[in-house]
Amino acid sequence: MKAIYPGLTLGKATRDAYGEALRDLGRLHDEIVVLDADLAKSTKSFAFGEAFPDRFFNVGIQEANMVGMAGGMASAGKVPFISSFAAFVILKGFDQLRMAVAYPQLNVKVAGSHGGISIGEDGASQQSVEDIALACSLPGFTVCVPSDEHQMRAVVKAAYRHKGPVYIRSGRPKAPLIYDAEPKEFGFGKAQRLREGNDVTIIANGMLVGAALVAHERLRVEGIQVRVVDMACVQPLDEDEIRLAALETGGIVAAEEHLVHGGLGARIAQVVVRVQPAPMEFVGLNGYAESGDPEALMRKYGLTADHVIAAVRRLLTRRNGKTH
Amino acid sequence: MAKVMHTPTAPIRDIQLMRDRATSIRKHIVEMLAAAGSGHPGGSLSAVEIVTALYFGGFLRYDADNPEWPDRDRFILSKGHGVPVQYAALAEAGFLPESELKTLRRIDSRLQGHPVLGTAPGIEASTGSLGQGLSIGLGMALAARLDGKDWNVFVLLGDGECQEGQVWEAAMAAGHHAPANLIAIVDYNKFQLDGAIADIIDISPLADKWQAFGWDTTEINGHDLGQVTDALEWSLSCRRPACIIAHTVKGQGVSFMENQNAYHGVAPTEEELARALAELDSTLQRAEASIERSGSAARKAGT
Repeated sequence: MKAIYPGLTLGKATRDAYGEALRDLGRLHDEIVVLDADLAKSTKSFAFGEAFPDRFFNVGIQEANMVGMAGGMASAGKVPFISSFAAFVILKGFDQLRMAVAYPQLNVKVAGSHGGISIGEDGASQQSVEDIALACSLPGFTVCVPSDEHQMRAVVKAAYRHKGPVYIRSGRPKAPLIYDAEPKEFGFGKAQRLREGNDVTIIANGMLVGAALVAHERLRVEGIQVRVVDMACVQPLDEDEIRLAALETGGIVAAEEHLVHGGLGARIAQVVVRVQPAPMEFVGLNGYAESGDPEALMRKYGLTADHVIAAVRRLLTRRNGKTH
Repeated sequence: MAKVMHTPTAPIRDIQLMRDRATSIRKHIVEMLAAAGSGHPGGSLSAVEIVTALYFGGFLRYDADNPEWPDRDRFILSKGHGVPVQYAALAEAGFLPESELKTLRRIDSRLQGHPVLGTAPGIEASTGSLGQGLSIGLGMALAARLDGKDWNVFVLLGDGECQEGQVWEAAMAAGHHAPANLIAIVDYNKFQLDGAIADIIDISPLADKWQAFGWDTTEINGHDLGQVTDALEWSLSCRRPACIIAHTVKGQGVSFMENQNAYHGVAPTEEELARALAELDSTLQRAEASIERSGSAARKAGT
């Protein structure tokens, strides 16, 4: 994956950071319980299980039951963190997330690992491209896609502090480092402005934040000043940051490892048309992918800095009426 | 009705009192469904003795004045469409004013068409999408065990509901973790919306299935309050999850609804309500007469 993030250093996978942060949090809070559906070694929740076997429940391959159990535990005062692949916990557990978590607004934290297509060779059945749209459709759910290990650690702590349902998506491959250290505090609904610029804004999350930073550097050389915003929190959105992007830079490129329908970009667009209409372009998926090396998949399905740059140029052309 | 607080140390096992309570609950059910103009009489009526024994037989520990008492037992109605039977019991137990029952399914009412956690007091889980209550109950039971608490979780499932895969996910996980404080009761009334269960997707042999999943199992007549209370007593003595399969009659207690699957999800008309209430009232009167007879017999025997 390194080749598609020139100039950036790869850190740990966000799933590794999730597992470590959860284990550390478990030392501080006895009411945290962790459930997994036979993917603990992959989601990294096993680190908690090794440290606190009494508070760890591997329910086997039954995502629906896991979500229901978590609802029951939460209503009895526990703070369950449950994990599986994003494609399984959200899709197989969706009715249960609705009935046993979202509707009663119970304090359940859901972690979907192996988000997006960068899981690679396992193919489309394991790749999650719909999870963000579905999670955001659940009323009262906070939804986050951290971009690197540091941000993930802060998000896990914020999820614990927040009273209510949270969905956290993590990724399988090593992720480019976006931050030097763990942010002091992560606020849901508060985006991070990573680069200043007034020509256009790229708003990205997850693996696409790295691509946005690469795009920023390459366009800067050409004299195009691109603002870059890490919008890890898809629900609630940082509406003020979106408004400022539309107002001050006149256009937004949204970039995400998810279907363009119902994800970060679609949700930003809903804010833009309401508070500050401006042209937008979308970098994301339009369907299912396939097996392959993660880097090759990101290239083939349009999720690299090149694709972000192309979207910036399309936007500038639309706005200025000339080719950039 | 006065507030009732039962504890196992003060069990009430007066079967005739419970029979009368069951009849009152049946009257509430048909009245509230007729007032609502929609709902599910058949599966509410089939569960009356089970719910009556739980709330009024000393099995469910609760405090109607403090519904969120942390050490209360939990009752989850996984077959959420049967919720009129639970609202009626909650009213009889003093959680709700009886006058509120006729707000069932109306706008702004606490009495939603299916159970919703956080609306009516005494409701422990949001159900109505079938198959989910046992998982929630299992999570509660394991949380109680983690905390060293002795409260129990009772989950009432429908028989058709046992066609849902999630029921068996939860049954298997419960068999593995074996919380002794988890009790499932299946209201086996033999019908589901589209017809007879045996014709649609047969769930028999049901006891064998639960047993194979690691549960202690018993089968009873779910309308015989003696059998229901004995089975609940037995379930509390089990050292692993217990399942009571209660053979019942859909629509029990209202002659023209019994085994008539047309009343699965159709409320009684005004005329049907009058007939149902007349039948239920005569049940009550017969019971009173029989108490008087046995009372005078006892007096005679004593003299």
